[in-house]
Amino acid sequence: MSEVAAMQAGAEPAETPLTPENWGKLGMWLFLAGDAMSFGCLIVGYGILRHASSTWPVPAEVLGINLTAVMTFLLIVSSVTMVLALAAVQDGDTAKFKKFMGFTILGGLIFLGLQAYEWTHLIGHTLPEHKLSFSKDLFATTFFILTGFHGMHVSGGVIYNSCVLAAVSRGRYGAKHVEIAGLYWHFVDLVWILIFTFVYLV
Amino acid sequence: MASTSHSAHSTAQYLKVFYVLLVLTIVEVAIVYMHLPRMLLVGLLMILAVWKASLVALHFMHLKFEKTTLTLVALSPFVLCVFLILMLMPDIFPR
Repeated sequence: MSEVAAMQAGAEPAETPLTPENWGKLGMWLFLAGDAMSFGCLIVGYGILRHASSTWPVPAEVLGINLTAVMTFLLIVSSVTMVLALAAVQDGDTAKFKKFMGFTILGGLIFLGLQAYEWTHLIGHTLPEHKLSFSKDLFATTFFILTGFHGMHVSGGVIYNSCVLAAVSRGRYGAKHVEIAGLYWHFVDLVWILIFTFVYLV
Repeated sequence: MASTSHSAHSTAQYLKVFYVLLVLTIVEVAIVYMHLPRMLLVGLLMILAVWKASLVALHFMHLKFEKTTLTLVALSPFVLCVFLILMLMPDIFPR
């Protein structure tokens, strides 16, 4: 052990402006920053490919933006139920927490179901109608990569939230853990807001 | 800290943010159907998207009430994105 480490071993870690109140929260924020870079690269790549392409279908004509508006609404609602679940667990109201966390998980599951329906419809009907293919057209490729990467995050979020729900029910997790799970879930919502705009509306 | 009044206040605040997000989403979809000039449409959609994303980050992710450090962490990916766009500029606008 080095001298400096030996000197600090017994002492309390010094308070600096960087010392967080909750290390788990800082950890989640750092993970989300890295994750945002992955999404950022994909979105910037999508924008550049689209800008450089001579032909690009009008998204609103190929993709069903009414259905995806409903999906956006669902994710926003599930974000609200998530913050309500956090408020409930902070008040020590576990029954209310379970109800709202259940709604949040349900919202995520319905979102995934709608996305599965959307993909099936696109692959089976819409893309062949517009003579577009998954493997040959950048429009379809970038669409499936972006929405697929996001859908994977929603799946992960549903599993994560279910684990947190189970752990809080058993009394092993508290408000601190719910807040961290909430950060992840709101991030997934935030990214969908951007994808909805850039991929479906613009 | 977790007093009832605090919680009631924040619940009302969360619902207010929710209504704003809802209205902004409806506006977004509505302007797509309005056949606006392309540049205007893209500009408006960008502003609305950034507005909605910041509402989620500030209120739902509590960034508004956190230390500056977390805000800096949250903003760091944008630096990368800006660099990425700048680096790819020669490819986007070839001379």
